[in-house]
Amino acid sequence: MITVFARPETLTTAKTHYCPGCTHGIIHRLVAEVIDELGIREETIGVCPVGCSVLAYHYFNLDMQEAAHGRAPAVATGIKRVLPDKTVFTYQGDGDLASIGAAEIVHAAARGEKITTIFVNNAIYGMTGGQMAPTTLLGQETMTSPHGRDAVTQGYPVRMAEMLATLDGAAFIARVSVHNPQEVAKAKKAIKTAFEVQLSGKGFSLVEVLSTCPTNWGLTPLEAIKWLQDNMIPYYPLGVKKERQEVKD
Amino acid sequence: MAKVLMKGNEALGEAAVRAGCRYFFGYPITPQNELPHYLARRLPEVGGVFLQAESEVAAINMVYGAAGAGARVMTSSSSPGISLKQEGLTYIAGAELPCVVVNMQRGGPGLGSIQPAQSDYFQAVKGGGHGDYRLIVLAPATIQEIVDLMGKAFDLADQYRNPVMILGDGILGQMMEAVEFPEQEQPAVLPAKPWASTGAKGRRPNLINSLYLNPEELEQHNERLQAKYAKIIANETMAESYLTDGAEIVLVGYGSSARIAKAAVDQARAQGIKAGLFRPITLFPFPKKEIQAACRQARQVLTVEMSMGQLVEDVRYNLEFKVPVHFYGRAGGMVPTTRAVLEQIKRLAEGGDLA
Amino acid sequence: MKKVEFDEERCKGCELCTAACPKHIVVMADHLNSMGFHPATVTDQVACISCGFCARMCPDVVITVRKEDKKHG
Repeated sequence: MITVFARPETLTTAKTHYCPGCTHGIIHRLVAEVIDELGIREETIGVCPVGCSVLAYHYFNLDMQEAAHGRAPAVATGIKRVLPDKTVFTYQGDGDLASIGAAEIVHAAARGEKITTIFVNNAIYGMTGGQMAPTTLLGQETMTSPHGRDAVTQGYPVRMAEMLATLDGAAFIARVSVHNPQEVAKAKKAIKTAFEVQLSGKGFSLVEVLSTCPTNWGLTPLEAIKWLQDNMIPYYPLGVKKERQEVKD
Repeated sequence: MAKVLMKGNEALGEAAVRAGCRYFFGYPITPQNELPHYLARRLPEVGGVFLQAESEVAAINMVYGAAGAGARVMTSSSSPGISLKQEGLTYIAGAELPCVVVNMQRGGPGLGSIQPAQSDYFQAVKGGGHGDYRLIVLAPATIQEIVDLMGKAFDLADQYRNPVMILGDGILGQMMEAVEFPEQEQPAVLPAKPWASTGAKGRRPNLINSLYLNPEELEQHNERLQAKYAKIIANETMAESYLTDGAEIVLVGYGSSARIAKAAVDQARAQGIKAGLFRPITLFPFPKKEIQAACRQARQVLTVEMSMGQLVEDVRYNLEFKVPVHFYGRAGGMVPTTRAVLEQIKRLAEGGDLA
Repeated sequence: MKKVEFDEERCKGCELCTAACPKHIVVMADHLNSMGFHPATVTDQVACISCGFCARMCPDVVITVRKEDKKHG
């Protein structure tokens, strides 16, 4: 018999601390599969955020650096400027990237830093117990928007992929989802393209992955998948937002 | 090598390059901008990287990444920007990474002024960021001393895997003096860094991290850090004792204040007062044995600083409160004059209190 | 060797695989694993088409999927 599916080498055997049904597990695995397929495990350095995936360094068989909250793109910039021939990626949640780290991601993209960012958007703060995120939808109840996010006092959700796509330094920006096997396959393709963009020296690449947080949404994993499809995709449309063809010198 | 007339901020940059620094990440802030300007031109000449970051916060995190990747890397700022870097500095200390951070102090608190000050002493030597950590803090008093200490700064950082701060002030940054640089354009040999995150080729992955969720592990980590600081305290103090043998009144100061105090000491001696100057060069580790030796016969100690009184607390503490320690300071960018300091010395000599 | 194999001790009982399987043959077992979850499992191995959708959706790398090697039958 031929093995059709097994654990990628870039993923360790550690059992994750993530909640049942948390899509971090899927996304970690996709990143690991892509690194395996591109053959770059020994030349890649990952940067972990603060958030549920703060312990991502336990799950990737790679050199990793733990960054302060929001600062991963700056840390990755430091690494890539010292080691331009290595592959450097950040893995960040919506608090890390879109709130405290908003300046760092915008400027890494604007500078066209040749790094890849995996942005996990689950419209809430998971690790700290379910607070509102910049990506929380209007009307969505969280621990710090107990009556539902109100535009008047709490503003509007931020579409990071579209915003970053306006920057000339961004070479590849896409938004994907992981709510069924077909979308998981598309997500993997986008992640692979993002890493290939870095390898070809084109510039900054980012994949925003719509994800679930069953625990803080108060739903079962299967209900959460449905909530994502019904509520997040209309506001955060899937697709490639920016794809530059030529290498910018 | 011939002497060259240079501005302090620029000499800092050239000294860093000769000490092997090839990466600089920083953000503009007065009064240190000539340093990034200089390195923006100089680093590409030696195959290095200069990057103006979007903020001091981003810059210190770029330093973290670069240091974790094994580089000799530097950032610089002035007081308000150093406040922004505190988060990054505790992460660098906790992850045991080497780097050099330059603070050309200016008036505070808050936005303060762009004039020189020495009111970041507490921030530099007592922490600034959260957690039980220390920076090694060097306080040059002349531009030549900046040049002479720079190699040591990077060596100490690499040896102890700890951030090293060069605590200057606006005067040092802006003034011009004749300096001589070491011949080499870079050190012959740089220490190996097998712990760095360079890509896990043929070895187990390396991790650069300061997170230890398990309390036993974090306590052990803290004990390791303290053991490191104990070694630094035992081995790395530096100080200058000027005319302190038999001195009855010892002045204490660092950086620009020390130069002014030295001039006052000379004038006092010319008037028959047995004055001397103790100048710590390392502020952490504080040169405790050295200050106690220098003040052995002192009846009075006078600390001179451009602050409302920060170094003076450590002077009292390290002299174990055995000698009366007086304070003379100016703030807001006001610089003590030699005449005013001499006035303080004369009052102490006459047995009176300070003005 | 099985076409679809579940490392039951890794399973957190999230059930994403049960919805992903186009043949609807993935079910949650009656017993518990040592973490206290009902692990996913497949009893009807013959019905498995080795599509790998279950493994694709699994966040915990519980599932290994194999297919018949047609060359060697």
